[in-house]
Amino acid sequence: MHTALSSRWTKALLFLLCLVPLFLLGWRYYHNQLGANPIESITHKTGDWTIRFLLITLCVTPLRKLLNQPQLARFRRMLGLFAFFYGCLHLTTWVWLDKFFDVHEMWRDVLKRRFITVGMTGFVLMIPLAVTSTAGWVRRLGFVRWQRLHRLVYFSALAGVIHYYWLVKSDVRLPLFYAGILALLLLYRLPGWLNTKHPAPAPKQARNTN
Amino acid sequence: MIIRRSPNLGYSQVTPRELYLNRRRFLAAGSVALGTLAGLPQAIAGAKLTAAKSPFSTSEPLTPLEAITHYNNFYEFGTDKEDPSKNAYKLRTSPWSVKVEGAVAKPMVLDLDAIFKIAPLEERIYRHRCVERWSMVIPWIGFPLNALLKKVEPTAKAKYVAFESVYDSKTMLNSAFAGIQFPYIEGLRMDEAMHPLTLLAVGLYGESLPNQDGAPFRLVVPWKYGFKSIKSIVKIRLVEKEPPTTWNLSAPNEYGFYSNVNPERDHPRWSQAKERRIGDFRMRDTVKFNGYGDQVASLYTGMDLIRKYY
Repeated sequence: MHTALSSRWTKALLFLLCLVPLFLLGWRYYHNQLGANPIESITHKTGDWTIRFLLITLCVTPLRKLLNQPQLARFRRMLGLFAFFYGCLHLTTWVWLDKFFDVHEMWRDVLKRRFITVGMTGFVLMIPLAVTSTAGWVRRLGFVRWQRLHRLVYFSALAGVIHYYWLVKSDVRLPLFYAGILALLLLYRLPGWLNTKHPAPAPKQARNTN
Repeated sequence: MIIRRSPNLGYSQVTPRELYLNRRRFLAAGSVALGTLAGLPQAIAGAKLTAAKSPFSTSEPLTPLEAITHYNNFYEFGTDKEDPSKNAYKLRTSPWSVKVEGAVAKPMVLDLDAIFKIAPLEERIYRHRCVERWSMVIPWIGFPLNALLKKVEPTAKAKYVAFESVYDSKTMLNSAFAGIQFPYIEGLRMDEAMHPLTLLAVGLYGESLPNQDGAPFRLVVPWKYGFKSIKSIVKIRLVEKEPPTTWNLSAPNEYGFYSNVNPERDHPRWSQAKERRIGDFRMRDTVKFNGYGDQVASLYTGMDLIRKYY
């Protein structure tokens, strides 16, 4: 188990696995399997995967601790970057296929529609995290500051879930499901945040082997 | 006569219609037959209909039957667009009866036969604009609602018409999660209901209505958002006061009683200025009253359609 997790190949495999949703989307689009309104379908699916990857990323630390598998931390950055990647695709469908690059119209929507305001907030919060995801940036900022900055991911995930909840017309099952998972992941961290006298030791992997 | 516009042979013509419309129904029918030998699901809609052309029809290209039958909002059968095509086979459309009652001199209970005989069938090719910013062009078959209303002789108290959809929680299992109340209810003001554009549809594309499109008969009000066009009607009641309507009860600030297509009045969560015609890549501008303003704008003279009567 330990060796498998630390293998280069595991990471490569996970990388390919993270691309499966994109591949399936492309496949279905090409074969006309996205229904009568494929653009709507692409928008929904890329949004779905953005939230899912954010939640998966937030699972890494609890799993690492609960399973006592420190090597799991190796995958965290990649998973987070995939959340950003699918977020970029999701935003692109909106900018291109919905608004057709009408900047004025987009700005109006961001200011006026709360579900777009909060969704855009969630995306913008991911940008500094993606930029500073390299080892170089961890060094430059220092681990403590870097870690503090990366706590923005909680707000980004929260924004994503609220965005989804505010967007659906009446069937709120899926947004509530995501909200429930997010709540569990945040609750798990709560004792650590309350107990500020003894901050959790930084995982060594995050500092070097990433 | 049946008016078929598309010369291309589509899947809908090659595949037997029942299988095409609902592949799962076919499987389910098989399993029921194997299992209990108790009744198969009712013979599905799909009978050929004869209908006269109408001057009210648009000449815009028709939305393919595949899209009209697999991209539906019929929340009783699930909230995903494809859910109704998978689940609506459970709807028993025969026998069917509809009560027409309330402020009328001659209340009636009509069966399917009687409904089909109310007036000569016409094909009406209408634009259909959903509040979700997509639109279609659908070759409905039906007759004006006013033909039915005249038969029951509305009294002076009849100011509005209230409609009610069929509801059966046992066959509409997904409805519990839809987030809206059932049975689905809708309403029109009397002059809207009597307007010649307002249709009771019994079919589309030359055949009787597929279940997922509101079989055996439904309302079609082409200048209003699609949710006003209530499906699978079992009750029509003429009333004195504005009746409650499902989406208005669910979110009063988002869905008004009138809900006329109006690019100037945003849905609070999205702009209604544009729409995507199903099959198109780009969005197009939405036209007030869905392009039927010449015929219906006069119904709303002097009314504030943005803030009050949206």
